[in-house]
Amino acid sequence: MSLPSISARDLTVAYPNGHVALRDVSFELASGTICGLVGVNGSGKSTLFKTIMGFVRPTRGEVRISGLSVREALKSNCVAYVPQSEEVDWNFPILVEDVVMMGRYGHMGLLRIASQEDRRKVDAALERVGMTAYRKRQIGELSGGQKKRVFLARALAQESQIILLDEPFTGVDVKTEAAIVDLLRALRERGHLMLVSTHNLGSVPEFCDQVVLINRTLLAAGPTREAFTQRNLEKAFGGVLRHFKLEGPALHDDDDSRAVTVLTDDERPLVFYGDTRASPQKETAPAVKPQKDEAGT
Amino acid sequence: MSELLVPFGYDYMVKAMWVSGLVGATCAFLSAYLMLKGWSLMGDALAHAIVPGVAGAYLLHIPFAAGAFFAGFLAALGMWFVRQTSKLREDAVIGIVFTTFFAAGLLMVSIYPTAVNIQSIVLGNILGISDGDALQVVIIAAISLAILGLKWKDLMVVFFDESHARTVGLNPTALKLLFFTLLSACTVAALQTVGACLVIAMVVTPGATAYLLTDRFGRLLVLSVAIGATTSIVGAYLSFFLDGATGGIIVTLQTLLFLAAFVFAPKHGLLASRRSAKLESAA
Repeated sequence: MSLPSISARDLTVAYPNGHVALRDVSFELASGTICGLVGVNGSGKSTLFKTIMGFVRPTRGEVRISGLSVREALKSNCVAYVPQSEEVDWNFPILVEDVVMMGRYGHMGLLRIASQEDRRKVDAALERVGMTAYRKRQIGELSGGQKKRVFLARALAQESQIILLDEPFTGVDVKTEAAIVDLLRALRERGHLMLVSTHNLGSVPEFCDQVVLINRTLLAAGPTREAFTQRNLEKAFGGVLRHFKLEGPALHDDDDSRAVTVLTDDERPLVFYGDTRASPQKETAPAVKPQKDEAGT
Repeated sequence: MSELLVPFGYDYMVKAMWVSGLVGATCAFLSAYLMLKGWSLMGDALAHAIVPGVAGAYLLHIPFAAGAFFAGFLAALGMWFVRQTSKLREDAVIGIVFTTFFAAGLLMVSIYPTAVNIQSIVLGNILGISDGDALQVVIIAAISLAILGLKWKDLMVVFFDESHARTVGLNPTALKLLFFTLLSACTVAALQTVGACLVIAMVVTPGATAYLLTDRFGRLLVLSVAIGATTSIVGAYLSFFLDGATGGIIVTLQTLLFLAAFVFAPKHGLLASRRSAKLESAA
């Protein structure tokens, strides 16, 4: 199989009611990447996901996945999807292990009968996310973080080269968040390509090596260092972000005129220090991290 | 003792029992899926939507089942189309489409009064079913059961998580279409056994009962089908002694089982939740 890649070219998506959700979006993502897809609600993040999943057909332009059309890529089990928690029916009569087994369906025959290997892969995936003890639970009986892990395990069991994650950190405890990030990093080492939609800005520089910023159209795309800048974020979020600027006398009383800028919506804040309109300061983010822990308790 | 075996001595009774059993099993299979999506009333809608198809079939001298199936399918398609293209909620869409079809059916029957005995559509008449009709019902039920048996896991994925279904190479639209085709076909079959009014019970109650008894979809299907088949066979058998409408007896039996599960189910029953609430407050 060829190396995983996602390439969007001049992608324009209009809904039947005439609403143009995305206009002229182009970007390229290659193997061994964690890419953050950042934008406000209604910026077209989910439309972009839907287009990659083939739910929505672009009006113009196209998405190619590992060199294949979307339809061919889905047929050949190239893409795994980790849904948002709100999309899942938690009352569905299904156990944790059955959900993970669904990841194997693309590898099974017409009757979807599990082989020895399928069972082994399911066991391994459950083990990897630390959910082995909960395998016989009905999915609605789990905590928010555990629920997320089940669907991560399903993506692992599916063994797709490309994984789409829709807001994986929403409603998740700090421990699970760290576990997810670890897992994504390990997958990156193995050459997978992950596209993570998130509004949790603070964690983006921590684990994403690429970002795509959108708001109805592409604002910036590229390595986090270059594209995830204060200027681009202000373009992406406009006045929606909470914006704290600590400067001058409020910060210190020497002649240093640099300012600390804190950008946050509701999660861990993203911190810029000094004249950093060009690049984010990764080191300063953990300093503010306890804020989130407090909020979580 | 021998008195209890009397019904087995009559051909029409034996036929009624196993035809009902097969229809009951198929409807129960479908009920497990419908209930999960909150589409339970779809069965009701289809049953009523079939009426103009039956009337039309009599007028055009084509087989009754063909007309019924066509109308049911058209109604399902109509509901799907309105749902996709408007912001209306499922219940409103179902309500509008099925009353439209039912009204059209009543209108046709009233304008051409000789066409159909509406009573037999609404109430069903399994004890008087002809060999030809019985064969039709059996073929529909057997084919539906076979397809469901082969595709139940694919349908489960589509009903649980459509996005994931796509990523493992399934076509959710095609599978949903298959499901609604089967539902239309089985509604037609059930129409002859329990009638249009009670079809809804056949495609809701067994699944709902099984839902209270298990947390695994595979077991839920088995339980649901067992409940549907057993109540239908026993119901047809009892109707010999009670001299009552078969459909009424079958659905009453299903309701009794549902009530039993509602109270006594090991995990989701009324008593069980009382017990766990008590344990929690004690702890």
